[in-house]
Amino acid sequence: MNIAVFVKQIPDPALPGELDADHTLKREGKLVLDESDSYGVEMALQLVDKAGGGEVTLVSMAPNNEVSGLRTALAMGAAKAILISDDALAGSDALSTAKVLAKAVERAGEVDLVMAATESTDGYTGTTPAQVAELLGWPSLTFAKHVEIGDGKVTIQRQTEAGYDVVESSLPAVVSVTAGVVEPRYPSFKGIMAAKNKPVDEVKVTDLGLTAEQVGWAGARQQITNVEAAPARAAGEKIEDDGAAHEQVVAFLEKLKVI
Amino acid sequence: MKIWVYAEPAPEGDKPATSTLELLTKAREIADTVEAVYVGSNADAMAGPLGEHGATKVYAVDRGEALAGVVGAAALASLVEANSPDLILFAQSYDGRDALARLSVKLDKPVLTNGTDLKLDGDRAVVGTAIFGGNTLVDTKFEGDGPFLAAIRPKSFAAEPGGGGAATVEQVSAPDAGRAGEARVLEHHVEEQEGPKLEEAAVVVSGGRGLGSAEAYEPLVEGLAHLLKGASGASRAIVDAGWVPYAKQVGQTGKTVKPKVYVALGISGATQHLVGMKGSDNIIAINKDGEAPIFSVADLGVVGDVHKVVPKLIEALQARG
Ligand SMILES: Cc1cc2nc3c(=O)[nH]c(=O)nc-3n(C[C@H](O)[C@H](O)[C@H](O)COP(=O)(O)OP(=O)(O)OC[C@H]3O[C@@H](n4cnc5c(N)ncnc54)[C@H](O)[C@@H]3O)c2cc1C
Ligand SMILES: Nc1ncnc2c1ncn2[C@@H]1O[C@H](COP(=O)(O)O)[C@@H](O)[C@H]1O
Repeated sequence: MNIAVFVKQIPDPALPGELDADHTLKREGKLVLDESDSYGVEMALQLVDKAGGGEVTLVSMAPNNEVSGLRTALAMGAAKAILISDDALAGSDALSTAKVLAKAVERAGEVDLVMAATESTDGYTGTTPAQVAELLGWPSLTFAKHVEIGDGKVTIQRQTEAGYDVVESSLPAVVSVTAGVVEPRYPSFKGIMAAKNKPVDEVKVTDLGLTAEQVGWAGARQQITNVEAAPARAAGEKIEDDGAAHEQVVAFLEKLKVI
Repeated sequence: MKIWVYAEPAPEGDKPATSTLELLTKAREIADTVEAVYVGSNADAMAGPLGEHGATKVYAVDRGEALAGVVGAAALASLVEANSPDLILFAQSYDGRDALARLSVKLDKPVLTNGTDLKLDGDRAVVGTAIFGGNTLVDTKFEGDGPFLAAIRPKSFAAEPGGGGAATVEQVSAPDAGRAGEARVLEHHVEEQEGPKLEEAAVVVSGGRGLGSAEAYEPLVEGLAHLLKGASGASRAIVDAGWVPYAKQVGQTGKTVKPKVYVALGISGATQHLVGMKGSDNIIAINKDGEAPIFSVADLGVVGDVHKVVPKLIEALQARG
């Protein structure tokens, strides 16, 4: 069982986001592993373990040959990584990103499954995994909250509005997992040391057989025309509870005629 | 301007999803021609409400046991050429995103997602999105040739009938989706829920980490929601902690709600939570930290302990009968 896992490396989500002059998200400074992808990494490691063989290959597209997030995932137990980093990729939208990631999956060799998160923390388009699947001509099982593999098939519980659906497909396939599907492990000290020597295959856009026109700003075909602060909502009354605040809540609800 | 809306059934299956009706309402405001492409069964039952909200025609496709998004993308791709829509709208839903993603590859067109606003600039669609937890609004215009593909977050527009008659239904056969069609839905599991739905309730009571434990959710949050005939929601902190299912999450990565009254119990008010609820008509917050950001949007803020205030509130409401 060989699994390719997409891991996005993003600016620290705890820091306030900022836009660059060209209206793209500022991505300078250290990037970290998107926590959403740590679930995919953990799930992939467990599935390979259960299958009794194979390995996990990470795939990441990031600026400035960023590896800090990859090292975190390698320390968790992934065997190796493919890193696509190229100035031509600046401004890439979801479709361009998907084209790059799909080519990288082909480069990874025999892969039974691609694992991704449902949506990234900074971009959250939530389309990339199904776009990759369509590019590869594979089935996609998205919004998985439970994943099992057996008999050459993958079976998931797919989140729906009403509950969940059980969805099954042949392999190879793309699966995107929701947060919380598994408990991501903390890298051990040994894992962190080993990660330093694990191979990272650094590739450019042309190595993947793509041209600069297909990706980056040129590929995005959209233009940001306006950026402004959202109108703020005004605060109303604030009271300290002196033991009778509930009476004011009741009065407020009465005034609104909900009771 | 011809707009297509990717139409989905409501979870109950007998009528269109509210998010679909929202998109149709907006589409008929800005386009001359509005049509729907519907994947699922019961197309004839859908034609009434779809028409009432602005669609004149429905292209209907059966999906059998295949995933709706896969069938939807294949059907849309085959219909686009002969009918040349300028813009195709999807709800930012599970199947909506699947269909949009696959269609974008088939047509080699970019996508704009998480839209909360939609307007026209000449013959180009401009999609508004709210970033950084809703603090910054960004307008993005499509370049190049259509059809333009956009996903809009549910609750961005109101769904209002416009008085149109039932849409005409044209049944189209599902094109072969290749290996993508090998994913089959084997079972549907419906998680029973009491009371109104989170997105449709007039009152929403949500709980956060300030509840202190998973055990407090039922008596305090569900208890109060029940008395107010509302729905119960949650912050991501307690969804991630496993106290309540993801379906209850309100915010950027959860649901957007716009009830008449939103009650936040022990929720700090992070921007990612606020973006999902600050469109509510009225907000009541109970938090023991007077500096909590939730108070900056609350019409009535109570600085107090949820374990003290809420039981008394519940008692007072019960006493009223
Ligand atoms: C990309 C991204 C997406 C996100 N999406 C979402 C989302 O969709 N929805 C969402 O909610 N969050 C989201 N978050 C998380 C968000 O940033 C916050 O971490 C989360 O909303 C905090 O939840 P909370 O208010 O329950 O917990 P906390 O922030 O821990 O707040 C708990 C509050 O309870 C109060 N409290 C404690 N004890 C009591 C008591 N006894 N009585 C009264 N008050 C008490 C405290 O004063 C505090 O204000 C997202 C974050 C990121 C980075
Ligand atoms: N640049 C990237 N590198 C690696 N994986 C990515 C990248 N962008 C998106 N992904 C994967 O696709 C998922 C969905 O991303 P998005 O469409 O941005 O919401 C992410 O959670 C990742 O698993």
